[in-house]
Parts: sequence; structure tokens; C-alpha cells
Amino acid sequence: MTRYIIRRLLQFVPVILISTLIVYALVFAMPGDPIRALAGDRPMSDAVRETLREQYNLDDPFFIQYFKYIWGVFTALDFGSTFNGRPVNDLITQRLPVTATLALVTFVIQSIMGIVAGILAALYRDRFFDRFVQVATVTMVALPTLVIGFVLQLVFGLNLGLFPIAGANDGLMSYILPALTMASVSTGILARLVRGELLDSLKSDYVRTATAKGMKRTRVIGRHGLRNSLIPAVTFIGADLASMLGGSIIVETIFNLPGLGQQVFASIQGQEGTVVVGIVTLFVIFFVVINLIVDLLYGLLDPRIRYE
Amino acid sequence: MSEPVLSYQDIRVTFATEFGEVDAVKGVSFDVMPGEVVAVVGESGSGKSVTSSTAMGLLPENATVQGEVLLQGRSVLNMSTAERRKLRGAEISMVFQEPMTALNPVLRVSDQLIEALQVHDIAFGRAALEKSIELLERVGIPEARTRIRQYPHQFSGGQRQRIVIAMAIACGPKVIIADEPTTALDVTVQAEILDLLRELKDELNTGILLITHNMGVVADMADRVVVMLNGEVVETGPVAKILGHPEHPYTRRLLAAMPLLREAGDASLGSPRVSVSEPSRSAGEPTHDSVAPALQAKDVALEYSFRRRSTRVVHDLNFTVQPGEIMGLVGESGSGKSTVAKAVLGLLDVAEGELLVRGENMPELPAKQKKALKREIGVVFQDPAASLDPRFPIGDIITEPMVVHKVGDKNSRNARARELLEAVRLPESVLNRYPHELSGGQRQRISIARALTLDPTLLIADEPTSALDVSVQAAVLELFSELQQQYGFACLFVSHDLAVVDSLAHKVLVMQNGRTVEQGSTDEVLRHARQPYTQRLLAAAPVPDPATQARRRAERQRLLSVPQ
Repeated sequence: MTRYIIRRLLQFVPVILISTLIVYALVFAMPGDPIRALAGDRPMSDAVRETLREQYNLDDPFFIQYFKYIWGVFTALDFGSTFNGRPVNDLITQRLPVTATLALVTFVIQSIMGIVAGILAALYRDRFFDRFVQVATVTMVALPTLVIGFVLQLVFGLNLGLFPIAGANDGLMSYILPALTMASVSTGILARLVRGELLDSLKSDYVRTATAKGMKRTRVIGRHGLRNSLIPAVTFIGADLASMLGGSIIVETIFNLPGLGQQVFASIQGQEGTVVVGIVTLFVIFFVVINLIVDLLYGLLDPRIRYE
Repeated sequence: MSEPVLSYQDIRVTFATEFGEVDAVKGVSFDVMPGEVVAVVGESGSGKSVTSSTAMGLLPENATVQGEVLLQGRSVLNMSTAERRKLRGAEISMVFQEPMTALNPVLRVSDQLIEALQVHDIAFGRAALEKSIELLERVGIPEARTRIRQYPHQFSGGQRQRIVIAMAIACGPKVIIADEPTTALDVTVQAEILDLLRELKDELNTGILLITHNMGVVADMADRVVVMLNGEVVETGPVAKILGHPEHPYTRRLLAAMPLLREAGDASLGSPRVSVSEPSRSAGEPTHDSVAPALQAKDVALEYSFRRRSTRVVHDLNFTVQPGEIMGLVGESGSGKSTVAKAVLGLLDVAEGELLVRGENMPELPAKQKKALKREIGVVFQDPAASLDPRFPIGDIITEPMVVHKVGDKNSRNARARELLEAVRLPESVLNRYPHELSGGQRQRISIARALTLDPTLLIADEPTSALDVSVQAAVLELFSELQQQYGFACLFVSHDLAVVDSLAHKVLVMQNGRTVEQGSTDEVLRHARQPYTQRLLAAAPVPDPATQARRRAERQRLLSVPQ
């Protein structure tokens, strides 16, 4: 088990190196001069420009730039600084809580709604509720996030006035609509996954054995059916939580939440390579760590899986 | 005589399907007395499992049941759901066919046993755990106190079936329905499980309803027999009468289809039931010296590796299969017999030693020559449903080996497919149909036809008939031996069924834990076995004659009591 974790942690190193390299290369390849973009319409003397270029290593060859940067990340956890001199670390500490809250609220909403809907659909198979879930989930998966976001803003924010439409100034309430928007697609997929797995599990031999013992239907389902069918759901939810940080870019922009997603979007527009790379590196680390946790959880849920 | 503990009266079961109503059971009646074993026999689709399930109420929702099931005189079918639930496990319980899947993989054995007791208020908490340990000890699980904390996958198949039996007897039921309880198990394990069931029945005076297709198991266990065909009872009576003097033609056919393990001095030994003569040696027959053996293993060792750690599963294997000769490779699960077949097919590297096909060490050959040599090897797998691509029409399935090896053109391939279909006695019209449109036996004939497409000199058959009903198995075996004489291929026939091997093979190699226990001519090995393991294996195989089987059982007990 310990050996397994160490091996997995070592695998993180190439994953992080390669993904940051790709992001760095993409930022490097963007057209235009970042210093000019920074200056905007104001004139800038050549001396100032030269100093800035040197400060951000912009005249070094690509690989040297990259290694200088990654060296800072690994030795001092220094993700560099923005063009106006602010450390990217500061930016991250300020904006991470917003994105993390959004991700957690989304995670809770989609886990509860998806699993409950999936279980009920399986238990009332081919009846009204099942059909309703089937149609609703297809609709949710098919609609673009943008559309769902705007509809929620219009109905619950503007018409009913239940939740704030934008911004993060109302505590948890301001996260409900963005989280619902972000959860829509995964809730649909999760409901269908749980429904299918539970139906399979209810057909299995061990459920028949449990029934033959004289157990109540509810006990049979709760104790024998559910646990086995939730294993794939856990994998899905975990992978989804990991990718949620990336998904926050659209939703944070729609709902004007000052999180990391919004920042990445702004930084890409402003060609602030260090910020983009810093935040994406953080996303990558989250992704691999959560995936490791999911794999370990898998071993807890299914005793047949042993890691060595 | 006392009142029956379980009584089926004019049971009719209909399934509502998308193609209309299907009558699965058409008016079946029989009784089970306390302490009696009633065997229900029949082939797949005969309705034997469906009939017995009516007592448990485990039928799918689209089934309608008519008639009457009496459990100790009480009508079961008219009870409320809650009343029926209270009967399950308490008064009537069940042992299933697949011990591998019958237990919940994510719950400890202790949890699964304790809940069986708690459901019916037999015992709770600490007392339930103690009682569960007693139950495990009773069914013969060693170190029950510690092992009860383990999960099902940490037990062997036979042990898992013992655990299922422990659950079934937990609440002292009046009757146990055992649905093919030993079909998935090795013969020696089967014999042990049957012994256990017999002991428990005598101890608890439980009635047992035994569903099986194996007449040997019937002879070993049953007091009375009910023979079913297409949802109806065709014959019923005491076991000695049904097996000794069957009246109905179907019963006779079933018995005749059962491959027999013949004992020394058997009258039929001169003329085998499924007739296989020695490989035809025509005039001027080549002697073995001048022709390389079809297959030869020299000090072969085989390994599986996982994460750079390898486990040796076959050691020091030596054998020779001459052209036109059938060698039976026998052993229980885990003996390595299928691993050997894999290696011959080139699906597994040989760790040590030489594996010679027609005199050439196949694993060492360059890729091109190896492929050419593989043309000489045909293969038939166990499960015809899984080994034929469901998206390929039969014609394409049969000619695929020719396509792979770039043999012939469209016309000659078609002609070859027709020729082979005729050889396996299927109509030409099958060419454009798909595997799912055929029955299991027909599919296995297609597998055989495909194996013969390139006229191989060597055929590897891995348990080719073990997924088939006995009567179908008999027909396929007969066809197989005819084809063998016609085409003259050598064959490595992997099987766990000694009787099947007896009916087909010229020589036999017995394996245990990856090592050769004994090899020699079929007659030597199966009738004059020298090794204790072979003797025990032979003694464990039940024969369909109650008197002989009782004698064999006593003989087996004697063999087991001899310290090894």
C-alpha cells in the first residue's frame, strides 16, 4: 500500500512537467508582444521595455525560460509574478477559496441529486419517474452550460429573486446558481450511471442469495445492491471533481465569480504567461491528487482490490 | 408415511415476453418428503429450475404461476409478500449453482452469515457471530474463527459453496433446494460437497430438492427422480428404477448420452461407446521414427508474470502426441492444463524447455515461419457463445483462417466453407446466418469447422463440450471422433471430465498443480491407475448407477482415509 502510494506520487513528477511544458509552450506561441499588451495605448520607452523583457526572461530561448520558471516552482513554490509585479502566489491564495467553494457546492449537489435520481429510477424502472429521469438527464446533458446558466439566472435570479444573479457577495447563496449550472451535465451522467449499475446489481446472484435468506427488499437493496453499484459512481464523481476546476472557467465568467477560472481567462487574454501556467499547474496537481484519492477509495470499497 | 414437506401440485408457469406468452412449465406435480432427496433432472429449457423457484418466489416479475405449492401443508402462492419472506431462509432455503457469484464480494463472510440469522430472529450480535462460527465449522471450513472475518474472494470455489450451504442451513430449514450445486466444481470437490449435503440431510432430517443434469450425481444422492422435458414431467420413480429400468424414451436417451467412465473388465471396452479406433494406419503406414511427432514437449516450464514477478505454473512437462493421435490432458482447476494449451497456441511464452510442433521448436522460430507453422494448429474453445464473433456471419467465421493466412480466393473459400458445413452436418443455409441464431451445439460444430478450415495436423480442444447439455455433448463428441478419423489430425484434448476423455482419447496425461502425475495409454491410466491422485480423481467421478456408485463411494472413503 505505502509502496503503491510512493510509486503513484513519483508518477506525478513527469505528469506535472509535461503538462506545464505544454501550457508554457502554448502561451509562448501566442501571437503578439505581451509587454506591448501590458502598456496598452500608452507609449513606452525602449529602456523600460528592455528592463521588463529581462525581468521576465523574455529574451531567453524557450527552454531556458521554461526551466527558470519550473525551477522556481519546485525549489521555492514560486509561481512567478504578474506583469504588474504581484506574486502569482498571492493571486492564487486570494482566488482559490472562491473556486474551491464553487467546486465543493457543485460536488455536493451533483452527488446527491445524481445518486438519488439514479436509485429511484432503477427502483421504479419503466415507470413514470424513471422515464422522467431519462428525459431530464438527456436534456441536461444536451444543453450547453451557457444556456443553462442564463436560464437559471433569468428564472431563479431575475424572475423569482431567490438567488443572487452574479458576484460572490452573498456567502453560500451566491454559489447555488453557478453550482447548479456546473452540476447539470454530470448530474445527468451520474444518474444514468447509478441507475444502470443498480439494475445490474439487482440482477446479480448475491442479491438473489440475500433475497433467499428472507431479507426485506429494502435491506437487500441497501446492503447488497447499493454498495456494489456505487463503486463506479465514486470513480466518476472523483474524476469529475478533479476536472471541475477547469470547468469553472465558463461558469465563473457567466456568474462573475472572482475565482481562478475567471483569472485564467483574463490572463490568457492579457498574455500573462506566468499566471496561466501557475494556475494550470495548480489544476493539474489537484487532478492527479484527487485521482489518487479516488483509486485508494476504490480499494476501501472493494476488498478484492489490493494495491502493492 | 409422513406428510410431504414440500409439494408441487399442477404447477404452470408462463412468461410474458415481447414475443407473447411462453409456457415454461406445463402442469408439474411432485412431492418431497422429510429427509428425502428428490432429484429433478432434465436439460436446459426443461423448466426444472423454474418449477423449483416457485416455492421460493424468486421468479422474475414477468412470470405468472398457477397451481399450488404446499410447504408443510401451507399454501405458499397465496401468502402475502411478508409471510413469504419469513419462510425464505427459515423454512425453505437454497443452494445455488455458481459459488463464485452467489456471495456478495464486498461484505465479510461473517456479515453475510450473521444477517441470515438476524433476519429470522435466531440470534443477534455476539451470539450470532458464535453461531456463525459454529456453522462454518459444521460445513468444514478450517480455522473458522479467524477465517470468518475474510471476504468471499479469499476462499476457494468449494469453500464458497460450503459457505453458501452454511447460510442455507443457518435457520434449520425443513427443505433445501439445491440448484446444480456442484456443476461449477471439480469432481473431487463435488464429491466432498455431496458428502456434506448427505450428512446434513441425515442430521437435520431436511428434505432436499436437487436440481441437476448429471446422472452420476443423481445416482450418488437421490432417493427419487423426476425427469422433466419441455416443462412437463415425463417420468418419475425411485432412483434405482429410473436409472436401472427407464421407461420413457427421453430418460433412456439421457442415460445413453451420458459418457461413461468404464471400469476394468467392462464389456464395452473392446468397442468404445463413442467409437474411436486407433488412428487409421493404412498400408505402408509411416513409422513414428520417420515422421516427427505432431506435438512434443521437452522439459517445458511455463510462467505467468505480473509486474516483473513471475509465477511458475507448469513444471517439467514431457509428452509426445503422434500424428493422428488424441491425447487427453486431465486435471482439476488450477492444474495448469489450459495453460499448456495456451502455450501450444503461442499465446504464452515458454519459460524453459522445447515445444516442438512437427519437429520444430515453435517458440524459437522467426515470426514468419512461426506463422506458417501455426497454420498446422486448429483450436476449439470451451464456450461457443463467446468464441464466435457475434457480428460475423457463419460463412465468414469459417473462412477467416484462410483470409488470415491468405489461402485461396473467394470461390475456393466459399467451397471450403460448404464442404466443412457438410462435414459437421449443418445445412448450407447456415452460411449467411449469425452465431446467435444457432443453438449451443450448432455453434460448437461451427467452432470445430473453423478449426479444420486449414486442414491442421494438430487440433487443440480446450473443454470443447463442457458448456453443452449431455445429449448435445454426446452428438458433438461423436462428430468429433468421426472427423478425427476422416481428417486424421492429432489432438490435444483438454478436459476435466474423465468419462469424456475415456470415450475419445488414445492416451492420457494427468496434471496436478502444474506437474505431471501420471501418463500412459487411456486404459492404463483410467483403469489401472498407479498414482494415488489419479485413483482419487477416478473415485470421485460419480457413475449413473446407484449400486455401483454406493460401492465407489465406499471405495473413495477408503482411499481418502489412507494417509498420503
